[in-house]
Amino acid sequence: MKPTIAIREPVVDDLMDQTEKSLTEDQIEKVINEVIDQETGVRLQTYVNTCIHCGLCSEACHWFLSNDRDVSFAPVTKVKDTIWVMLEKKGKVDAAFIKRCSQIAHTECNVCRRCGMYCPFGIDIAYMMLVVRRICAKLEMVPLYLQDTVNSHAATMNQMWVKPDEWIDTLQWQEEEGQGYVPSARLPLEKEGAEIMYSVIGPEPKFLAQLLGNITVIMNVAGCDWTMPATAGWDNSNMAMYSGDFEVMARVERLHHETAQRLKVKKIVMGECGHAFRGGEYDGPTWLGWMSPPIPIVHAVAFYYDLLVSGRIKIAKKVEGPVTAQYPCNIIRNAGLGSKLRYIMNAVCEDFVDLVPNDRHAFCCNAGGDTINCGPPWKKIRVQSARLQSENFKRTGAHTIVTPCHNCHSGVEDIVDGYKLGMHVKFFSELLIEAMEIPEDLQA
Amino acid sequence: MYEFVSGPLVWIAFIIFIGGSLYKIYHMLSGAKKDMTLFRHMSLGHSAASLIHWLIPFNNQSMRKRPIFTIVSFAFHICLIFTPIFLLGHLILLDESLNISWWSLPEGVADWMTIIVIAGCIFYLVRRLTDPVVQNVTDGSDYLLLAITALPFITGFIAYHQLFAYKTILILHILTGEIMLIAIPFTRLSHMLFFVFTRALFGSEQGYWKHSKDW
Ligand code: HEM
Ligand code: SF4
Ligand code: SF4
Ligand code: SF4
Repeated sequence: MKPTIAIREPVVDDLMDQTEKSLTEDQIEKVINEVIDQETGVRLQTYVNTCIHCGLCSEACHWFLSNDRDVSFAPVTKVKDTIWVMLEKKGKVDAAFIKRCSQIAHTECNVCRRCGMYCPFGIDIAYMMLVVRRICAKLEMVPLYLQDTVNSHAATMNQMWVKPDEWIDTLQWQEEEGQGYVPSARLPLEKEGAEIMYSVIGPEPKFLAQLLGNITVIMNVAGCDWTMPATAGWDNSNMAMYSGDFEVMARVERLHHETAQRLKVKKIVMGECGHAFRGGEYDGPTWLGWMSPPIPIVHAVAFYYDLLVSGRIKIAKKVEGPVTAQYPCNIIRNAGLGSKLRYIMNAVCEDFVDLVPNDRHAFCCNAGGDTINCGPPWKKIRVQSARLQSENFKRTGAHTIVTPCHNCHSGVEDIVDGYKLGMHVKFFSELLIEAMEIPEDLQA
Repeated sequence: MYEFVSGPLVWIAFIIFIGGSLYKIYHMLSGAKKDMTLFRHMSLGHSAASLIHWLIPFNNQSMRKRPIFTIVSFAFHICLIFTPIFLLGHLILLDESLNISWWSLPEGVADWMTIIVIAGCIFYLVRRLTDPVVQNVTDGSDYLLLAITALPFITGFIAYHQLFAYKTILILHILTGEIMLIAIPFTRLSHMLFFVFTRALFGSEQGYWKHSKDW
């Protein structure tokens, strides 16, 4: 089979460039065969032996569609250029090849699982890309910025090198911010036996602390019995799941669940993040050999849905003008929350304009699956390859795009900047805070 | 030669086809047991839902997006599987040797179904040569599989119409049919065996585990 012609602008990534120089072919061969023999089993084998090379999956991938149907971005091509070669050569490949594998699997695929939904056999190419990432991670061939977040997870058990005192300070500061809306509001730390443990991703205390103030208001107005941990284990994000460092992934997920168990809560409610939900609900438990998480995990979209349906939060004034929403893959296609997202959007917006295609068929924002965490070196191609979704946003004519996922939020902001869409990008909680009724007895 | 290919070799081909298929499925299932969570993520209901959506034409987005391909693909596979099983000529031979028989297709219909299979193979061939994505993932093995699939039908068509060299073509027909059977478990034609399982897994993961759908 002729090699794929892939034309890319050269990218300097210090870690990948350095690893390329130091990797030996023996190391590579050993790791590839180890992972393929011991970690993938018949699943990979069956996928590879069943794929009839029909190319139907290409129609699903926004990388392929946004780059004028450039063959080198088609899902089946990504498998050809990585797994097929590894299997054919029985792991005897060089460091430059592994670097290209990392480029394909880490920076040019969001493991969004859309292609699996278009393959007549249901071949899960995202799974295969995660196998490639696993191999790359074991060889330390990981984009620098991504590896930095993994190192932070490993050292601090949060993604952003947030120190324990910074965490607690931020929560106390945001409790005060929440008290600006609801003077009696509390953000209870370490309350054993509360019904809900609320957890967030590392970037919230670091860059988006106001979201913690928002949730304080929402929880208090809704009268929820909730708490947040003061110890490590508060961060539900997991970049190690995406880099391929599954050992660190498992430590992070285990600690998150154990923290909830220590606090003896009934459920974990997560902030608006897609990959965190994937890690807590699916990938983490699977790697740990659990069928499902020991304590149920509720994503913010499902949580807000419950609050709105039950009337614990009432809407005073709907947001005016056309508003649309990104459907985050990890909570919609891969968790089935599409109709709940539409419900809450309609509940708080006068004019919710849906995307086409929507729900589980909606396209990825192209930031997910770690690609945005690969950092500035890889930004240009990422934004360029989100062209399709930029056109879908544009067609809605909305003034605001709601993104109930942190990766989507940053990714959609890049799309809005890159394609000059002139739209606002907001989390759902930001709209909810504007629209919700604060009962008189709670008001300032 | 005719006696050999139409006698013992038929038996050998069927034994290899059936034995090989059972072995391949057994091998896959026993290997899958090593994966701690694989079977626990499976559900019969969601597997069935996935199969229903992918075995009925236009019952999913992917098929609706490519109507021509979908029609060709279904026509091709239906004719490919049913023509040999319900062909009068095959049934007569079966009746003569084993004394069993079942309903057969009218000959004219079977003739057209053969033409559909051949046309389907030509369609796949043209795609392989012209669609850039498919071209890029094509090598000799893909053409070989197409040839293995098409040849029994091409030779069958020629033999039925007695266009030329009847005896030789008939032998070739039987031989290529046997090659096709033998090839199924050991090449990517095994997609016939694995289709149900890959669909069941993805359908279960999407439906049972992730509360979503795969169509
Ligand atoms: C119930 C059994 C089978 C199922 C469910 C099945 C399913 C499929 C599917 C989903 C494809 C992908 C492209 C398309 O939709 O056309 C395909 C392609 C194909 N199948 Fe099957 N198949 C079956 C049996 C067979 C058998 C028995 C053969 C031949 C011996 C065969 C030969 C082919 C060929 C030649 C292609 C096209 C390859 C290409 O694109 O070049 N199939 N099949
Ligand atoms: S998982 Fe998503 S990004 Fe990756 S190849 Fe499939 S459709 Fe493309
Ligand atoms: S659609 Fe499925 S079978 Fe066809 S090339 Fe893609 S992965 Fe292979
Ligand atoms: S960032 Fe958002 S849209 Fe993109 S993969 Fe995650 S959930 Fe999907």
